[in-house]
Amino acid sequence: MTNSRPLLEMRSVNAHYGAVHALKDVDLAIYEGELVCLLGGNASGKSTTLKTLLGMLIPTSGDVLLDGEVVTERPISYRVRKGVTMVPENRRLFKRLSVKNNLELGAYLRKDTAQIAADMERVFELFPRVKERLSQKAGTLSGGEQQMVAIGRALMAGPRVLLMDEPSMGLAPALVQQNFELIKQIHQAGMTVFMVEQNANMALSIADRGWVLQTGRVVLDDSAENLLSHPDLRTSYLGGGDS
Amino acid sequence: MSATVLSPLLRHVSGTWRRVLRLGTLGAVGQVFISLSGMPVRLDVREIIVPILSLGYLAVLAVPIVLGVLLGRRPEHQEFLEKSPNRRDLLLGATLGGLMGGGGLSVLALLLARFDLRDPLINWSPQLLEFLSFGRGVSFGFVIWLVIGGGLGLVGGTVRLASARTQRVIMTMALTVVGAAILESLLVDLVEGVGLEALVEWLYAPRGGLTLVGAAVLAFVSGLLSLLGQGRVKNFREKIQTMEGPRQTRVNLMLIAAVGVALIVLPLLVGKLTNELLANIGLFVLLALGLNIVVGLAGILDLGYVAFFAVGSYSTAVLTAATSPRIAPEFPWFFALIIVVFIAILVGLFIGAPVIRMRGDYLAIVTLGFGEIIRLLFLSDWLSGWFGGSQGITAIDGVDVFGLLTVDGTNPRRVFYLVLFFCAIAIYISWRLERSRLGRAWMAVREDEPVAEAMGINTVNVKLMAFVVGAVLGSFGGAIFVAKVGSVFPTSFLILVSIIILVVVIFGGMGNIFGVIAGAVVLIGVLGGPKQPGLLVEFSEFKLLIYGALLVWMMLARPEGLIPSARRSRELHQEEFLQDAWLTGQIDTDDTNDLHGGSRPPGSQA
Repeated sequence: MTNSRPLLEMRSVNAHYGAVHALKDVDLAIYEGELVCLLGGNASGKSTTLKTLLGMLIPTSGDVLLDGEVVTERPISYRVRKGVTMVPENRRLFKRLSVKNNLELGAYLRKDTAQIAADMERVFELFPRVKERLSQKAGTLSGGEQQMVAIGRALMAGPRVLLMDEPSMGLAPALVQQNFELIKQIHQAGMTVFMVEQNANMALSIADRGWVLQTGRVVLDDSAENLLSHPDLRTSYLGGGDS
Repeated sequence: MSATVLSPLLRHVSGTWRRVLRLGTLGAVGQVFISLSGMPVRLDVREIIVPILSLGYLAVLAVPIVLGVLLGRRPEHQEFLEKSPNRRDLLLGATLGGLMGGGGLSVLALLLARFDLRDPLINWSPQLLEFLSFGRGVSFGFVIWLVIGGGLGLVGGTVRLASARTQRVIMTMALTVVGAAILESLLVDLVEGVGLEALVEWLYAPRGGLTLVGAAVLAFVSGLLSLLGQGRVKNFREKIQTMEGPRQTRVNLMLIAAVGVALIVLPLLVGKLTNELLANIGLFVLLALGLNIVVGLAGILDLGYVAFFAVGSYSTAVLTAATSPRIAPEFPWFFALIIVVFIAILVGLFIGAPVIRMRGDYLAIVTLGFGEIIRLLFLSDWLSGWFGGSQGITAIDGVDVFGLLTVDGTNPRRVFYLVLFFCAIAIYISWRLERSRLGRAWMAVREDEPVAEAMGINTVNVKLMAFVVGAVLGSFGGAIFVAKVGSVFPTSFLILVSIIILVVVIFGGMGNIFGVIAGAVVLIGVLGGPKQPGLLVEFSEFKLLIYGALLVWMMLARPEGLIPSARRSRELHQEEFLQDAWLTGQIDTDDTNDLHGGSRPPGSQA
């Protein structure tokens, strides 16, 4: 917000899946300390944007910048090391591994043992329940606890920005609420968060800013407040290639 | 199939009896199948208890007993059943089921006497009729199998309805007697070294098999021990598990040391044949540990693991043998091994690179293909100048250990020590890797590859590493194999070898070091490897049939293997596990509890 240089940025990115033009000249800028969201209906290109930011997909044209550095063609591991981490859709924990293993895997690329231990303590401070479940298999946790482990696992990478893929996906309403509380919590602890969401009201209620994506193009770019009251918000959703 | 054929007939029969008819029919069909496979007649020569029971009869008698045990089971939640079977019903059902199972043989005896179907069914023989009728004519055979079937069904049912304690005692007795008969050559060998020949002579008949008295005493002693020792083993294990960290480690180390010492002493007490068997088991432990890293840890279903075994064998042969056709550097074995490891790494990378980009079924099929390609390359005319084609490479010297002694096939005891040494290395490597960063990465890839990738794990490299480690362990196996048999031929590296190693891993328990070892000991030790005989030499002809049947049964009844890794077991029984946990209140599957904590039924606050 205050920093002049964005932490993570997309400059006129185009991406294709075969013949499908999935992203059309998308520009995004995420600044340090922000909580921003990318909204859109099905097949609007939300996940593609996220994949491009993380490096799972190399765009056809345009650039991805991390703290001013062009990382467009850098592998995922490079970006994770530099501070971009994803919390995958539906949590996707390693269900049959212990909670501890899950957290350790989050810090897979790091070698600084002492700092890793300190970060694990920080995760326990944020989510005391995770500590109680440490030796339990991740798949046996309740939905809410799994969400904590998923976020904890991402935090273990020591990220500068968290990319959250559909945090409300496939969750019971009560859990969605709880999940957004968690996101708010880590944001207040200083984390930059970029989330991709279908649940516009919920996302905008905690976000600072947002974009609306429609068939691969950014159609709205505004503060959360303005977006919430924007008359086109609903229509842009419904027109989003949803069939 | 039988269920679909029978279902119109069974419509008017109540549940319990339907089950009896269904299992009885299956048993009868199974009996006929076993008989016509030739197993009973061929296995008749192997005695279990002289003169009353041979392995051949055991094979067919087991069926009605199993039927009885299955049918004696009380239905679950019987209080909800409209008409739950009482004890008499269950015993009657068990008897009837056994009767049907035995009846299969009765009918078969009649048919054998009347018709000659020897043309398609090669085991449709007078010997089988002789076997089934005990040499006393068809009508005797017909009646006796009904009687035996019904009787054994009743016995099975009675055992099933007995208390758990009684069941365990009876199981122990039966397993001890059959086990002592199977382990005969091993025990005889072992005891002869210590000068207890008299005991052996009393226990075993001259032509093999337990004597009647010997069997009775064994059964009595084992039953008594089982009665007295009940729960002790479990208590001991629990005691170890509840110890605090360092003490537990110490106890575990002591146990490992004890096993190690036993394995070092054992070969000194036994003769050549038993050492040969031990060496074979060890060789497969080594191979199975290698495959376990690929399949069990990294989750890559490699059906062509034999390729690495073959590469290890052939490169050792070429590097050490004076008879190697093209180049014969005649390196000492240990020096050659270093080069062999490098070759294995290269081949692992070469095969792995294209393969690991695939997933699931495709990957399995491609590895299967590579396994064959490697064998066919060694067989081909193109490379026969290097590897001797179908003639292979023969007259390969054994391992020269610092000029002190030579390890080769003529001295299986030394081979076993060599195998043991490499198994120890393989176990250590597996154990360390499982707990390493790389091991965690393997498991992450196995669990969820895309997410592993998102964590920054280079999944391609990590999977390649699994392939390479597997290849290196496989090549160790190959190098030892060459030293042991002194020759290599392409026929030693059939797909069958891959399959048997995989069965060992699955049977023992994927992803678990001790499980894999146990699998190799049981399968290779008792049934035998692809070419190596096991303790039940008579089984060799039916080995594949039994391997297949075991695998099917294992997948249905105990998919986690003999000794599962806790992790695998949980993954396969996830649902049950979650339900149990939910029932006992360990987890709240429904998170609405978190927000509506107050909406519990009032009774729960009392």
